[in-house]
Amino acid sequence: MSSRFRASLLAAAALALTLTACDREERHSRAKPLGETVPAGTSPGMLYAGSQPGTAAVDPRAALYKNNAPALAEGQRLYSWMNCVGCHSHGGGGMGPPLMDSQWRYGGSIPQIAATIVEGRPNGMPSFRGKLTDDQVWKLAAYVSSLSGQPKKDVVSSRADEMSTSTPSDLTPRQGERASDTAQQ
Amino acid sequence: MPAAAASPADDGNWVMPGKDYASSRFSALNQITPANVAKLGLAFTFSTATTHGYEAPPLVVGSTMYLITPFPNYLYALDLTKNGAQKWVFKPQPLAASQGVACCDTVNRGAVYDAGKIFFNTLDGQTIAVDANSGKQVWRTQLGNIEKGETITMAPLVADGKVFVGSSGGEMGVRGWIVALDEGSGKVAWKAFNTGPDRDVLIGSRFKPFYASDRGKDLGVTTWPPEAWKIGGGNVWGWISYDPETKAIYYGTGNPGPWNADQRPGDNKWTTGIFARDAGTGEALWYYQSSPHDVFDHDDVNEVILADMPWGSGKRPVILHPGRNGFFYVLDRRSGQVLSATPYGYINSAKGVDLKTGRMIPVAEKEPKQGRVTRNICPAAPGAKDWNPAAFSPVTGLVYIPHINLCMDEGPMQANYISGTPYVGADVKMYAGPGGNRGVFTAWDPINHRAVWEIKEDLPLWSPALATGGNVVFYGTMDGTFKAIDGRTGKLLWSFKAGSGIIGQPISYRGPDGRQYIAVVAGVGGWSGAIVSGQLDPADPTAALGFVNAMKDLPSKSTAGGMLYVFALPR
Repeated sequence: MSSRFRASLLAAAALALTLTACDREERHSRAKPLGETVPAGTSPGMLYAGSQPGTAAVDPRAALYKNNAPALAEGQRLYSWMNCVGCHSHGGGGMGPPLMDSQWRYGGSIPQIAATIVEGRPNGMPSFRGKLTDDQVWKLAAYVSSLSGQPKKDVVSSRADEMSTSTPSDLTPRQGERASDTAQQ
Repeated sequence: MPAAAASPADDGNWVMPGKDYASSRFSALNQITPANVAKLGLAFTFSTATTHGYEAPPLVVGSTMYLITPFPNYLYALDLTKNGAQKWVFKPQPLAASQGVACCDTVNRGAVYDAGKIFFNTLDGQTIAVDANSGKQVWRTQLGNIEKGETITMAPLVADGKVFVGSSGGEMGVRGWIVALDEGSGKVAWKAFNTGPDRDVLIGSRFKPFYASDRGKDLGVTTWPPEAWKIGGGNVWGWISYDPETKAIYYGTGNPGPWNADQRPGDNKWTTGIFARDAGTGEALWYYQSSPHDVFDHDDVNEVILADMPWGSGKRPVILHPGRNGFFYVLDRRSGQVLSATPYGYINSAKGVDLKTGRMIPVAEKEPKQGRVTRNICPAAPGAKDWNPAAFSPVTGLVYIPHINLCMDEGPMQANYISGTPYVGADVKMYAGPGGNRGVFTAWDPINHRAVWEIKEDLPLWSPALATGGNVVFYGTMDGTFKAIDGRTGKLLWSFKAGSGIIGQPISYRGPDGRQYIAVVAGVGGWSGAIVSGQLDPADPTAALGFVNAMKDLPSKSTAGGMLYVFALPR
């Protein structure tokens, strides 16, 4: 076996690997038009008066962004650009609460986080209404959700966008999925 | 000696955070001595009903004690004839959203008493005067706008019929200012910005800075890239001193914004320096910039202690100033000339201060640049010492400096200005400096420019110091230990374990029964303690602008909760 042949075999194998690895999510080159950003019927809490347990409406759009590597990568860029990092750091918090732990004041599902970004919250979270497109809000919400380890490891970026001295996010210990997030799938 | 006119004889009260206009934080009461302090015991306690960092001192006026809490800025009056029973509480109801634009916990650094009124600031940018007897509001003035990121955390100073108040928001792109309000009405008498054109900075014919680099027209504009001064920082969130002889106020200005210094080439006047202003008109008299073009967040807001120092055969009016950049400055109070600048902590980011030009000599390889991480910068962003003031004892002639020993890695990145959100542009990670101890308590001899002794502390020191006439010195640690040490030797004489970490200012006062009392409020938090008060996640080393990395063990050493502790000797 010539070394050239061996090299091309290796290349083919690598290509095949790359192709299968790319198969993990669908990339939307153009976002679908979305009617409204704040998911209809999304409450920051968990209680819906008069509803049967487990019947609360879950926005189906969340599934398009969860476990979606390009969406998370773009969400990460927006996280820095929109100064989320200034208050919440890289998930550990500061002026604002941490986003990488398992506690959520206003709900930790992607639709709830999207609603928080758009509406703001009374104890100091500003409203970003009108500053981001709907698609950007969902990507940002998906990234914020990923900080606490909601998505699969292989969709999380292995490097941070910033000059950081912190551990890459795919090596950060994960909190594990919450029942409420699996329920929305 | 503290400046005589600014430091009158002790009446047993404690009416302003600095104790006197000289900011000596020295109580002349001397019943408590190294010989008897071991018998110091708890007299009474009071819960403040808050769980955020408590940095303020109690005030004592006659038989009443006043407490000002972190957000929501409750003002309590306690009856000292009844073991601190509550007389009244004033709730100013600041906007809840202000919590979201406060950089470093929702702290308040103190109230001040004068002529029957208590004056204090609220996190959402108001100054309020309350009748000290009835607890009823006399006036309130809205000064800050949280939509621009402006908050107020500092303690006002009342002098010469005016209330002096300054802005916070150096991490939010706030253009810093100081305002003088009429003490009786709350109306704005004058307002001076610390960046921008001379007319906004109140720089005119009386402005006589000592160094040539501070002379010229509109330096607050020309030492910035176009328009950058409008969001350039220079806030006044620290301490103000007042000299009754010259009727001048002295205060330091905060860091330039953003932290990413590549976005603002130039000296960035008038940030990170000390201003002397006429108290009546606000006109600038002189200015000295300790960190021109600051690249480390080294605000110069630390306390300005007014002293009269032996000089040749006479005395010289000076300022003693343990700067955040790690140098202990002695400045001439009349001119702003640097008489000496000596490191009191470990510094590898500067080689010294050139006494001919007044300029700090930077170390190029320690300057953070966009596109790389600069490692092992000492001191870190909170400096060799942050806001918590030193005390100056005329008994020993020593300045007691509670400070920190932290270094950092910093990676600057492009910061976007979006009003009401942070304007920082840096990833920081802090850790203990050489020796591994994160705190130091230094007894500094300002005449001979040297540390006489120092106490290494495991945790950063975030509480101010108190010196007393009995020669016992007090300070607290972030694990909640309140300590009494010998002012001459530094020997630990007594300690008490409080329920939460101590970052508050201890005071000493004479009670209605004639006894000397010591009071301090525990309540961990602040920038250093945000990991506890804000329940931050130590898995992210950059949390709280990088402070969390140095404080990962704090949650196991202290829990949150504001509580007043008052101590006295047995009857």
